[in-house]
Order: sequence, then structure tokens, then C-alpha cells
Amino acid sequence: MRIVVAMSGGVDSSVVAGLLHEAGHEVIGVTLQLYDHGAAAARKGACCAGQDIYDARRVADTLGIPHYVIDAEKRFAAAVIADFADAYASGETPVPCIRCNETVKFSDLTALARDLGAERLATGHYVRRIDGPGGPELHRASDPARDQSWFLFATTRAQLALCAFPLGDMPDKRQVRGIAHRLGLDVAEKPDSQDICFVPSGAYTDVVAKLRPDALLAGDIVAADGQVVGSHDGIARYTVGQGKRLGSAAMIGGQRQVVIATDPGRRRVIVGPRESGTRDIQLRQVNWLIEAPGEAIRCAVKLRAHEPPRSATVNSAEGTTIVQLDQPALPAPGQACVFYQGDRILGGGVITRSAARSVSNSLTTPAP
Amino acid sequence: MVYLDANATQPLRPRSRDAIIAALAEAGNPSSVHGPGRQARRMLEDARETIARCFGSRPQDVIFTSGGTEADATAIHALRGQRRVLISAIEHDAVRAAASGVAVLPVDRSGRADLDALADCLADGVPTLVCLMLANNETGVIQPVAEAATICRRHRALLHVDAIQAAGRMPVHLAQLGAHSLAISSHKLGGPAGAGALLLSDDAPFAEPLLAGGGQERGRRGGTPPVAVIAGFAAAALDALADDLARVGALRDAAETAAEKAGGVVCGDRVHRLPNTTCLALPDVAAATQVMALDLERIAVSAGAACSSGKVQASHVLAAMGLGALAGQAIRVSLPWNTTQADIDAFIAGYARMAGRLHPALVTAGMQA
Repeated sequence: MRIVVAMSGGVDSSVVAGLLHEAGHEVIGVTLQLYDHGAAAARKGACCAGQDIYDARRVADTLGIPHYVIDAEKRFAAAVIADFADAYASGETPVPCIRCNETVKFSDLTALARDLGAERLATGHYVRRIDGPGGPELHRASDPARDQSWFLFATTRAQLALCAFPLGDMPDKRQVRGIAHRLGLDVAEKPDSQDICFVPSGAYTDVVAKLRPDALLAGDIVAADGQVVGSHDGIARYTVGQGKRLGSAAMIGGQRQVVIATDPGRRRVIVGPRESGTRDIQLRQVNWLIEAPGEAIRCAVKLRAHEPPRSATVNSAEGTTIVQLDQPALPAPGQACVFYQGDRILGGGVITRSAARSVSNSLTTPAP
Repeated sequence: MVYLDANATQPLRPRSRDAIIAALAEAGNPSSVHGPGRQARRMLEDARETIARCFGSRPQDVIFTSGGTEADATAIHALRGQRRVLISAIEHDAVRAAASGVAVLPVDRSGRADLDALADCLADGVPTLVCLMLANNETGVIQPVAEAATICRRHRALLHVDAIQAAGRMPVHLAQLGAHSLAISSHKLGGPAGAGALLLSDDAPFAEPLLAGGGQERGRRGGTPPVAVIAGFAAAALDALADDLARVGALRDAAETAAEKAGGVVCGDRVHRLPNTTCLALPDVAAATQVMALDLERIAVSAGAACSSGKVQASHVLAAMGLGALAGQAIRVSLPWNTTQADIDAFIAGYARMAGRLHPALVTAGMQA
């Protein structure tokens, strides 16, 4: 079978290419160049490609498979990096990996796989595709520590039909590295990638500062009643649920405070006790990996990448999707709300700012 | 593998290989005074005379370099002095990078430099070094260099000609062109990579070398010359003079006609063009995808200018020609000296399969036309 493998230069996707090649498939390695590495690392004259693309090429050389680099810089800059900064400026906490999977990675690579006459697009994601009676299903990885299903909720059903995730059944990462050693791949002990790929220094605020300096202007921290209780150095540094960076506002009346909302228009960070929260979450950019349900469904939802699922009811009608949590929580606008039934991903959406309306309304317009 | 990427590099000519191997058996530095040194010097000067004769300059005006990029960079560095630099919009990166921050001479839709614009620009009398390539690497379009030289000389401007793609595929004669310098590369004409030459006219100034080093090449290029590589370069240049360019042109035309039937669009002037090159756009299909799809058919072509990462960027040449979106949808098919009819048959079949899969609508339209 002719298979396109999305190769990032890391050990996971390298092992995917190696295993499929070993199994006798015609493997074509493809690496997306998403940003100018030289510019991102602020090293004048550094190659635009960086070490990861070099590593991917060397792995392809070792395996003896063709490898191509696709220029996706412009679209990544517009759809992911600019969106990342804009989201912070509008008081949200974006998930650029989801955005990239949705707007660049899976759309480009599934299209390319089809253009090249490939029957599959394989990636190194830790997630399982299971072919059920109603077509391909997306399931959590066997290794809960590695599961990446939350980041892949926006994969469309058409894309999923073309996808293969050979690492979804791996018991753990050690085994993956073991395979890399057996295949003689130099990347076997390469450290896992950290954080956000286009922020190599780890300071995401540097990226935001460059594109949306307004998101890093100082402002007030206010309490639920609108009273100013502190000051902050840019709403981009705050996310709903955060307890750090609050200074004098961290403790009010003997109660620990967390961010419960942001108000970008007035450059305010609003704090309240951790117990405050909302049950209703409105979603946008909803994607279903099952037939879109006509009625309310009970399921588990995950509001952050690393947090246990919560019981909820998802109501989807006339283009609007509202999630009702059984217990109140502090969902962060911009993050994903992903629906699970057991290990299966049913779909998900992006949490909108109106999620916090019930809270922030009472804040910004104090009751007389 | 069907190799149709001659403009990237050509297969080594057997006579060139023989010359390299013979020269490798000798162990001398041409700067040395002893016998082995004299032997190496003799091979180097034989090569110099061959290159001078092939491309229309005097032997003492031939400077061997490490390749085309260095020849271009040396020309700009040595001829520039206090002059303004004016380059055409379709120059190779070797020229673009060496002549940073310069004025740009536009080209028309056919990919030919606008000589009226050149004359207008030089009319201000400011001392200028003009860079105009003889044939473009992406389209194969031949530039009006002799006419440009006349204009330059009328305005006392200098003209450097990048003849790297032209050499071996059309007559190239510095003196007849009337330019002041000419850059050539060995591997583009079927010699080994690692050598090039900058040829100067007898009235060209030479301010200072790019690499002074030990004063080799009459003080115009330091560094011990790679005698065996240069011997292979000269042998390839001589061998190329005997190429049947009409045969290559007929094969190119056959490939091009078939590609047009399958939906391809030829970019650039078809009359003033190297016989081995065609630039074919397939509307709405990214050039990178076409190169990959053909590679998987075991047909080697290229697109735009590949950077060291291998990613394909939209062509600045085609963009300068005003081709808009087509600039990112064109591949370059360039036939090497040893192309066969079987190669072209394979290309025609592979291109039709690719176009059929990537753009079925175009193929249908092409069939009906």
C-alpha cells in the first residue's frame, strides 16, 4: 500500500515510517515546514528548516524512502501563529496544536496523500483509529500518559477515513524508542518536543508581544463585584482557572483567588474564589466524529488537555452547541471541550467567551 | 530513473571523466617550481586555453573559481567598485545575493529583459554595473545580451553576464556579446561539480579579488586550483561543442507538445529559448505536488528554486514575468546532453498520468481542444 507518513523529525513519526516500511508498504515521508526556524530562533543566517527537518530527512535516508518538504509557512503564520496572538488579545487561551491540526496539518497532508495516489496518511499521534460498523472511529491511545486524542477532535470524518495512527496501541514510549533503536534510527533518544513548536525559547508572550502588543498592556485585576484588587501586566499572561501571577489579589478575605474571566475591552482580569464556576459552556467550530446527534447526549467532556473527564450533557441544535456540566467548572475560552464515550471521541468544539457570561455579566455590570 | 533536471546538474560526460581520472594520477601543485608542479601547471593552462577558446576570451582573462556562484560573486565584487548595480528581475540567487540592495530591471511576460527600461535607467549617467543572464535557469529564455551590451557601452556601464545555463546549450562568446565578464559553471555543461570560471573582456576592470589568499590566478582568486576537476571542466566544455542541439530541441518539443495536450501551459518565450528547457505550468496544481508525483513515477524534474531544506518556493522568475498564481504551479523540465527518445516517451506517459490524477478536468479539456 502506498502510504504518506507525516514526519516531524521526532522519534514517534520516524518509528511510524520505519514500521510501515518494514511491513512492506511503499512509504513516502513528508515534512511540513511550518515556520522559519532561523527567524524563530533569532539566529541570523540560520537555515529556515532547522534540525527537525534535517532529522526527518536523515531518517528517510536511513530507511531508504523518498522524503519531501512542503512549504506551509505562509498559511501556518496566518492560520496558527496570528490566530494564537489574536486569541490572547481577545482574552482567550488558544490551543495552537489543535488549530494547526485542523487548518494546516491534516488538511494539507490528506490532500497531498490523495494527490500522490496514497491510500493512507499515517502520523505518529498517540490515538487509535478503530473501524466500527458506522465507519472509522477515533479512540484514546492505549497508553493514557501519551493519549493525544484531545488535540485531534477537529479531524473531520473524511480525513479520519484516510488516516492511520500506528502508535495508538503502543503500551508506552519506551517501546517506541526500542523500535527506533532496532531500526537503527539516530533519533531513538531524541527528547520529546516541548510546548509550542514555533516558540522555541518557551516564552509564548514574546510571540504575542510581537504580533499583538495590546495583549500585554498593563491593567486592573478586579474582584467579582468590580472592585479593583490588584494590577496585571497583560491579559495574555492569564487564563481562566489560573492562581499564579495575581500578587495582592491572590487572597481576598482569607479566600484563595483564581482567574474566573478576562475582559479584554477594559483590559481587566477578573478573579473570584476557585469554587465559582459555570455549568453551561457554549462551543464554536464544533466537529462531530459521529453522525451529528439530533438530540441531547450524555457523555464525558474534557475541558483541558491534562484534566480528568467530567460528566455532561451536550445539546446540539440549529448550529448551536451548548454543553451542560453536571458540576460547575472554570472552562477557559479558546480551549477545547472534547466529548468522550468511554475511549471513543465523539467530537468537540472550542469554548467561547460567552461560556463565562453568567459570571462576567454579574461582574461587569454590578447589581444595583 | 528518467533524468530531466539538467539545469540542476548534468550527468558527467565520459570524456570529462577520462580527463579527471588521468589528471588525478598526477601529484603536483601548479604553483610549485619542480617537475610535478610544472606538470600540474601545464594541465591547468591547457584547460584555461580550452575554456578561453570555447567561450571567447583570452586565456589570461580566464579566472578559475569553485563554481558558478563564486564566478558571479567574484564578478560583482571585482567589477562593482563605486558603481551602482542593476540586475534583471530574473537573475539567479548567485547574482541576487552577491548584489544585495540593488535596482532591478523588469522583464516582460515572455521572460525577456526590458531594454528600454535599461536605457532609461542608464540615461542618468551614473556609473553602473549591469547583470543580465544569457539564459534563464527556470524558463530557458535567452536574454538580449548583445543588445544590452551595446546599450551599456553607449552609457559607459559595465555588463556582467551569467552564462551558467547557456554554456553548452547555445554558442557563448564573450567578445562577440560585447560584455565585460561572463560566468560559467562546469557541472551545468556535463563536467564535474567544483569548478567554474569567470571570463573577462580585455577592457574589464578588476578592483580586487573576493579571495586573495596565495595570489593564484594572477592574484584574482586565491587557493590551490583543483587541477583534475578543472581538466574535467575543460574536457566537458570541448565535448559540449559537438552536441547535436537540434536533436535535444526536437525531443524537448515532443515532450512539450504532449504536456500541453495533457493540460500543461508553457511559460515564457518559445523562440528565444535554450533547446533543452521547458517551463510547464499545470494550472491549480502546486508545483511541489507535481515534482513529487513525477518523482514517484521515477521522473526527475524540478520547480522554482529549492532551498537547502528542499522545500519548493514560488518562483521569483515567473512572478517577475507577471504569471501570478501560475508562478507556483510550474515545473522545469530540462534535458541533459544524453537524453534519449525512451526518456521522453516515459516522461510523456508519466506526465499524462500525473495530470490525469491531479487535474482530470484539464486533461479532458486538452483532449477536446
